[in-house]
Amino acid sequence: MEVDRGAMECAVDAQSLISMSLMKIHSSRTQRGGIKLHKNLLVSYVLRNARQLYIKEKYAEIYRMQQYEEVMAVCSGIQELDPLEPLEPQGAEDAEPEQPVRAAGCGEESRAAGGREPEPPYYRSCCMEDQFSQNCNKTTVLDLDTHVVTTVENGFLHQDCCCAAAAAAPQCAPGAAARKRKVDSAGCSPDAEEPSDYTAGRKRLKREECSGADCSPDASNISNLISIFGSGFSGLLSRQADLEQVCSKQALASLGAWTRAIVAF
Amino acid sequence: MKCFSRYLPYLFRPPSTILSSTCHTEADIISTVEFNSTGELLATGDKGGRVVVFQREQESKTQPHRRGEYNVYSTFQSHEPEFDYLKSLEIEEKINKIKWLPQQNAAYFLLSTNDKTVKLWKISERDKRPEGYNLKDEDGRFRDPSTITTLRVPVLQPMDLMVEATARRVFSNAHTYHINSISVNSDLQTFISTDDLRVNLWNLEITDRSFNIVDIKPANMEELTEVITSAEFHPQQCHTFAYSSSKGSIRLCDMRQAALCDKHCKYFEEPEDPSMRSFFSEIISSISDVKFSHNGRYLMTRDYLTVKVWDLQMENKPLETYQVHDYLRGKLCSLYENDCIFDKFECVWNGSDSVIMTGSYNNFFRMFDRNTKRDVTLEASRENSKPRAILKPRKVCVGGKRRKDEISVDSLDFSKKILHTTWHPHENIIAVAATNNLYIFQDKVN
Repeated sequence: MEVDRGAMECAVDAQSLISMSLMKIHSSRTQRGGIKLHKNLLVSYVLRNARQLYIKEKYAEIYRMQQYEEVMAVCSGIQELDPLEPLEPQGAEDAEPEQPVRAAGCGEESRAAGGREPEPPYYRSCCMEDQFSQNCNKTTVLDLDTHVVTTVENGFLHQDCCCAAAAAAPQCAPGAAARKRKVDSAGCSPDAEEPSDYTAGRKRLKREECSGADCSPDASNISNLISIFGSGFSGLLSRQADLEQVCSKQALASLGAWTRAIVAF
Repeated sequence: MKCFSRYLPYLFRPPSTILSSTCHTEADIISTVEFNSTGELLATGDKGGRVVVFQREQESKTQPHRRGEYNVYSTFQSHEPEFDYLKSLEIEEKINKIKWLPQQNAAYFLLSTNDKTVKLWKISERDKRPEGYNLKDEDGRFRDPSTITTLRVPVLQPMDLMVEATARRVFSNAHTYHINSISVNSDLQTFISTDDLRVNLWNLEITDRSFNIVDIKPANMEELTEVITSAEFHPQQCHTFAYSSSKGSIRLCDMRQAALCDKHCKYFEEPEDPSMRSFFSEIISSISDVKFSHNGRYLMTRDYLTVKVWDLQMENKPLETYQVHDYLRGKLCSLYENDCIFDKFECVWNGSDSVIMTGSYNNFFRMFDRNTKRDVTLEASRENSKPRAILKPRKVCVGGKRRKDEISVDSLDFSKKILHTTWHPHENIIAVAATNNLYIFQDKVN
């Protein structure tokens, strides 16, 4: 979906539209006269559009990351000229901050955790800006695939939700929170994370995270609403939504509440 | 084009309002305006569930400049707030639509509706009062029959004119979703009421039964992709009606084909321009109003930024498209934020179908002459309205240097919106609702 960003007078990023839309849906429940079906349907369209753009950009980032990892592997092999050395950058103790964080967090936090200047194309992030302002002190990122809300504060990554993620990555060094997401994606398991296994690793991680029950109330509310719209109004979704289906079982359970509200009234 | 170069502005507020116009209660916000079929009466409905009916003064030879002013004729409470205990929902008393029935006797009839219930109101005059009862004295107290020695026949004596409104029919319990429109059939026996997903057909005499003629509710509500936004009967063909959708399409249905008109006869939709796609494409393409032309050959639709005129014989694209306020296209994000993007503007034809009119923000309203292709922007405001003064055309400055009289897009007041307008069926008299004020403008007196 092409977005005519030039026509937008304010800095529209998918994220702010998503949160705005969710707030509208939430507040419509308490409005006088009952839920307005028409307005909520239109809001859900905006939500879908923003989400599609967000996912599209994230996929692009992942694709770029994959390519980068391949290049890195080849480069390491060429440099070391030692076939016995492990190629994939698994060790969490090693500071590899230039590895792009998977879809979560501002470019800022990776720089803070490590040293090397990140390459701009890898850092789509929530800021959606080319220059990385030093004043980017707090950003909230919503991962629509895993329904995890992540807040980055002053360069430090703070996981709001799904503490099960910590359980999923036991080998990660405690101080390397900034790279937690990345390590998860690369796989904390001893298995070499080939690019082809990348998707499998993500899927496994998502299942673990989705079963985590100790989310903070706000984040879980947002997660639920996201889940609902991840699977709800299915007529609006494209077929591309397969990746979300992994997490959909739990999402579908909470889905009923919203659609029941519509049908019942 | 025949401009509204001279006008006699009237500012009406519901009689119960004692506050100044800058400070009004939510209940006074006008939610619908409608002339009756002769233009003699003008009805307004407000958020508080009240209906105020204005009547045009008879033209007087002694005061020719007071050409047919509109004065308050009747005020009544049409709908009250209700509570649906089963669903724990409050039902707003706001009057969504008023439709007049053509006059058949001395009384006037109109249909008014809120979100759930349609009511038929009879407005009649009483200018005589019976006097001289035997069993009652003038105060109304009963007399002791034993004191009565003679009998007399009561006579009708003239009294001050009293206009009373009585609810003659209540059409309820037929809509699960919010009613957005009603339309009286040209057969004058039936009418339709429309909510987000269904259209119901009623007989004006029968209140305990209605027929569902359109139902777009999907089996699984998750699959919902569009809702019905408005429906109207054809002005001459009693078997034809049209309904518009939130996806920007209009369907024309023939009731003779089947009991359930799920299959349309004609489907009007203009393909979307992919280069204009944005986050808000679906919202701005949602049709907020659909109106047949008086001659029954055209349809007019209003979406957020444009008005379109469709030829009933041509389904694949509109005959004419008019930009109402295209300068808002770059502000859609902030209009989404403040909910203005959900405003439902109405549109009207003039009596001869040569001019169309619709509202905008900053109390502006726009008129488009279909023949000369000229358009004008006018403003309904106290400051600019002096009696018998001429309405000055307004202009919005889109960029670059702003001229003296122009208004820049950023100075527009989005809280002042004209959603509801109506045009006299035969003359160039328009009524424009600006929040809680009603403006009536007339064409130049020759």
